[in-house]
Amino acid sequence: MKIPACRLADLPRGEAFRLDIDPPVSVFHTDDGEFFAIDDTCTHQDASLADGWLEGCEVECPLHASKFDLRTGAVDAPPAKRPVRTHEVVVEDGVIHVRLSTDAPDLPPCVASRLAGGSA
Amino acid sequence: MRTVAVVGASLAGLSAARSLRKRGYDGRLVVVGEEFHRPYDRPPLSKEFLAGALGEADLALEAHDEDLGAQWLLGVRATGLDRTRRALRLADGREVRVDGLVIATGAAARRLPGADGLAGVHVLRTLDDARALRDELARGGRLVVIGGGFVGAEVASTARALGLDVTVVEAAPTPLSGPLGAAMGGVVSGLHADHGVRLLCGVGVKGLSGERHVDAVVLEDGRGIPADTVVVGVGARPCVEWLEGSGIELDNGVKCGADGRTGLAGVVAVGDCANWYDPRARAHRRVEHWTGARERPDAAVATLLAGGAVTPGVPRPPYFWSDQYGVRIQFAGHAAGADSVTVEEGAVDDRDVLAVYRRAGDPVAVLGMNQARSFTRWRKQLAAATS
Ligand SMILES: Cc1cc2nc3c(=O)[nH]c(=O)nc-3n(C[C@H](O)[C@H](O)[C@H](O)COP(=O)(O)OP(=O)(O)OC[C@H]3O[C@@H](n4cnc5c(N)ncnc54)[C@H](O)[C@@H]3O)c2cc1C
Ligand code: FES
Repeated sequence: MKIPACRLADLPRGEAFRLDIDPPVSVFHTDDGEFFAIDDTCTHQDASLADGWLEGCEVECPLHASKFDLRTGAVDAPPAKRPVRTHEVVVEDGVIHVRLSTDAPDLPPCVASRLAGGSA
Repeated sequence: MRTVAVVGASLAGLSAARSLRKRGYDGRLVVVGEEFHRPYDRPPLSKEFLAGALGEADLALEAHDEDLGAQWLLGVRATGLDRTRRALRLADGREVRVDGLVIATGAAARRLPGADGLAGVHVLRTLDDARALRDELARGGRLVVIGGGFVGAEVASTARALGLDVTVVEAAPTPLSGPLGAAMGGVVSGLHADHGVRLLCGVGVKGLSGERHVDAVVLEDGRGIPADTVVVGVGARPCVEWLEGSGIELDNGVKCGADGRTGLAGVVAVGDCANWYDPRARAHRRVEHWTGARERPDAAVATLLAGGAVTPGVPRPPYFWSDQYGVRIQFAGHAAGADSVTVEEGAVDDRDVLAVYRRAGDPVAVLGMNQARSFTRWRKQLAAATS
């Protein structure tokens, strides 16, 4: 599924845009001008990675500082232990779109159980 | 270097061991830890673990397939260091000859004199402490927390959510005024009253009463506060007494440089036991926070492997978080020395605040309550401004 996120002009370098779908997805525009999309929720606890510290191709979780590689979703060191899901970014006609991954998301236990409760 | 020993098998020790391997050290690596447990995470002990929302397996700091090629000596305490023979002495009589040594023995909870042997009285530092306290809180009743610091406040918050009747006793006029300053310490500790927890300030504790089991906390003004359970949360002291006589300078922990180096070649100190030189504050600081114990060992290990021949980078300003009553509290920098504190976003009454501490107009610290996004921005600015 390909969904529009925001206009290219609205996402300057070094910034992130959170797409409020369930689970939320965030698009990052790196200082080098690249775009990446990953699940917004840290795999450790309920924190928004769009609120995190972006450096190069990595975002550091705003709470407990695990770092995620935006290209692969891989995490560097605990407290988060599992990678985040990555999505493809497509820019068309000045609009940033996200092509959602079909993989299962890797959400922290507290969020996963809330979502499971919500859909039951 | 053929043998490096890491003493202390918790966050700082594990982070050092990881950095050693990541930086290419392929010699013998010995990790010594007094506790029998593999490295585990302490912050959840006063929060999700105490509440029963996380189990012991969730606390593991190692990935399940992680193998550092280390020799783990667990359940044994290091008792001394012989600097001339470069030998580490262990409590079971063994000795480990080392070329390099990482001191990561952390801190231990301070206890109340005279409280030993009285059932129902707890401290909270280790997994074993947390198990015992969790079982006791499950019985409900009246909890008195002595000390309004972060760990005490988190225990109060968790216990309140479990339905206990909770009182916090704090000797200072305002809790948290050390780390946060009086004004913001008051705002954060206002969370207690918001959630129906009694906070008694400005009065010391004289002692505990009870025969075999505690039944009250006796205050210096003579009042007795009935209690079924007491948690003593009066801070921690660095575990460095085993280094006395080793030639390593001890002063509020292991006194060390900005990169963890001590006065002895080949010996560095990291984590809660280390009194680092902080180039921003131009003073030595012992910082008891998770993120420092996780990040700083890498600089110390770089120094160790280079034989001291590296220039330390300026570490990021100290950072910590605390979760109380569902509010996410974050703090970075040093509040001491600030001459003003202003609320930049949110409102104090809503417990939704971003406050900036300044000295002569320059930001020196930032506090956030449920303000993750702007907090990160300010934290970045703080790091850039003072690096
Ligand atoms: C209940 C609780 C909640 C916390 N919550 C937060 C939080 O929300 N946010 C935050 O930023 N920080 C928090 N902290 C602080 C954080 O956990 C510490 O800063 C961190 O654990 C320090 O790691 P360390 O490895 O330096 O020391 P420690 O974790 O104290 O580990 C030191 C280890 O060394 C061992 N040891 C000691 N002496 C010897 C010896 N002679 N020989 C062998 N082994 C020895 C000890 O048994 C221990 O296992 C919390 C701490 C506690 C206790
Ligand atoms: S919530 Fe992201 S590291 Fe903990």
